[in-house]
Amino acid sequence: MTVEAREARQPWILLSPALLVVTLLLFVPLLFIIVYSFWLRTATGADEVGFFLDNWREALGDPFYRDILLNTLKIAAVTTVVCAVAGYPAAYFIARSKGNKALLLLLLMLPFWVSYIIRTMSWINILGVSGALNTFLIWTGLINEPIQMLYNEATVILGLVHFLMPFMILNVFVSLDGIDRNLEDAASSLGATRIQGFREVTLPLSLPGLAAGGLLCFVLAAGTYITPLVLGGPTDAMFANLVFEAIITQLNWPLGSALSLMLLVILGALVLLYNHFLGMAQLMKGLG
Amino acid sequence: MGWMLIRVWAILVYIFMFLPVAVVVLLSFNASQFGSFPMTGFSFRWFIELANNEAILRAFRTSIILGGLTALVSTTLGVLASLALIRYKVPGQNLISTVLIAPILVPEVVLAVALLLFLNFLSLNKSFALLLFGHVIFTLPFVILVVQARLVGIRRDIEEAALSLGANPVQTFFQITLPLLMPAVLAGGLFAFTISFDDITGTLFWKPGGVETVPTQIFAMLRNSISPEINALGTVMILLTVGLPVLGLAIARWASMKSGG
Repeated sequence: MTVEAREARQPWILLSPALLVVTLLLFVPLLFIIVYSFWLRTATGADEVGFFLDNWREALGDPFYRDILLNTLKIAAVTTVVCAVAGYPAAYFIARSKGNKALLLLLLMLPFWVSYIIRTMSWINILGVSGALNTFLIWTGLINEPIQMLYNEATVILGLVHFLMPFMILNVFVSLDGIDRNLEDAASSLGATRIQGFREVTLPLSLPGLAAGGLLCFVLAAGTYITPLVLGGPTDAMFANLVFEAIITQLNWPLGSALSLMLLVILGALVLLYNHFLGMAQLMKGLG
Repeated sequence: MGWMLIRVWAILVYIFMFLPVAVVVLLSFNASQFGSFPMTGFSFRWFIELANNEAILRAFRTSIILGGLTALVSTTLGVLASLALIRYKVPGQNLISTVLIAPILVPEVVLAVALLLFLNFLSLNKSFALLLFGHVIFTLPFVILVVQARLVGIRRDIEEAALSLGANPVQTFFQITLPLLMPAVLAGGLFAFTISFDDITGTLFWKPGGVETVPTQIFAMLRNSISPEINALGTVMILLTVGLPVLGLAIARWASMKSGG
């Protein structure tokens, strides 16, 4: 073999283990569940191989699934908007602060590193019947009996906002931090007020970061499985709970495949749309 | 005036982020036998009970072994792939990068379902190996992102100097590139460990019956009621998941100071 041929082979030798793992453990299984979603789970519990549309008809047509899907998308949308509205000023503060930006970011990342399940359940300590808030309200005399504030859709959204806020702040911060400060100075020297300068210069330039943060928040919120189980009531199931139910409890794997593919297609379409308009590079900046 | 408002708002956001975590730590030292307010006194009893809880200790062992193996496999695969992508001209580089990052873009539930059903179809039962494979697949992209970012910053000519002085590529890798890359390798490994240690959704799909990791154990305990033990466990987890990355950061800074002179 020539030197050139050996040189050309080297990167493939280095890449092959990772590519093999991703192909075998992600792409092949995804192709498999596409095929599997057209099979049929019979009453005996065996799978009938074939091309049946029954699972898809059930997943797409049953109002039970449709309602939960819409509700899941609604919860994800509300979570994203709350994260954006609450997180943007905080990101702006970090980016424009004269103090130690690295320290402020590190502080933000600390709760981010705290285990997801711990952060989720920690709200029970705050809002539960014998939690901090009820104890405080009784102590002040505002209420006599503790109020049940937990286990509804609002607390699910609260838990999700708490979980996803750092993603939003980090992404907005990255794009705000990259804006040339001279642009704002130029705007003000040309007579723009601070608010005009922000609206005409800073805000538009930070939109890519806002979009990246929004995409991450929405996709992660819409795929949530644990939060509704810990902080939601019996009627607050989200789509991922349906998938788990179909697969682990009902053992209807073809139907579960169809349901998970539905989620993948919807969220995948968002990612592709984002990629088309803004490109993946922005997203990777915020992750790294 | 406007800046004052922004400042107050930012402080409120920080309080919102920290308050629930702080309350977990506070309640874990509560002497009361219920995991809630009011505080009746300061006590370590829940940590002692925790240390004697066989199920939790077993979950800890499982999580640490799983996280360690995940970090080892993910980091090895990630470093090799990053080297190829940064140091060589590979046709279809963008496509390959996207393929390797893809596991982040697929919702975890879907990833979990696909892998579980596929292995089931191959008549492979739920096992520790499935759990490990699963964790490797969704930590790999993070390792690759971290290692690539660092590798870009290592100057090519140092490696070329070694090669021109007669070192072969393998020697060059182990004596030049790897030591320079070490902070990123450690950071990537730590990242993989933390993500694996914290994972619950995929783990619930993949874990064989009777095997619990720390998060699934906490989740199972939550079904009854929130006991003071959970708060104590939460405090230990906070110390681990916050302490380890901070320690990693400190090591990285110390290493770079040492090498930077």
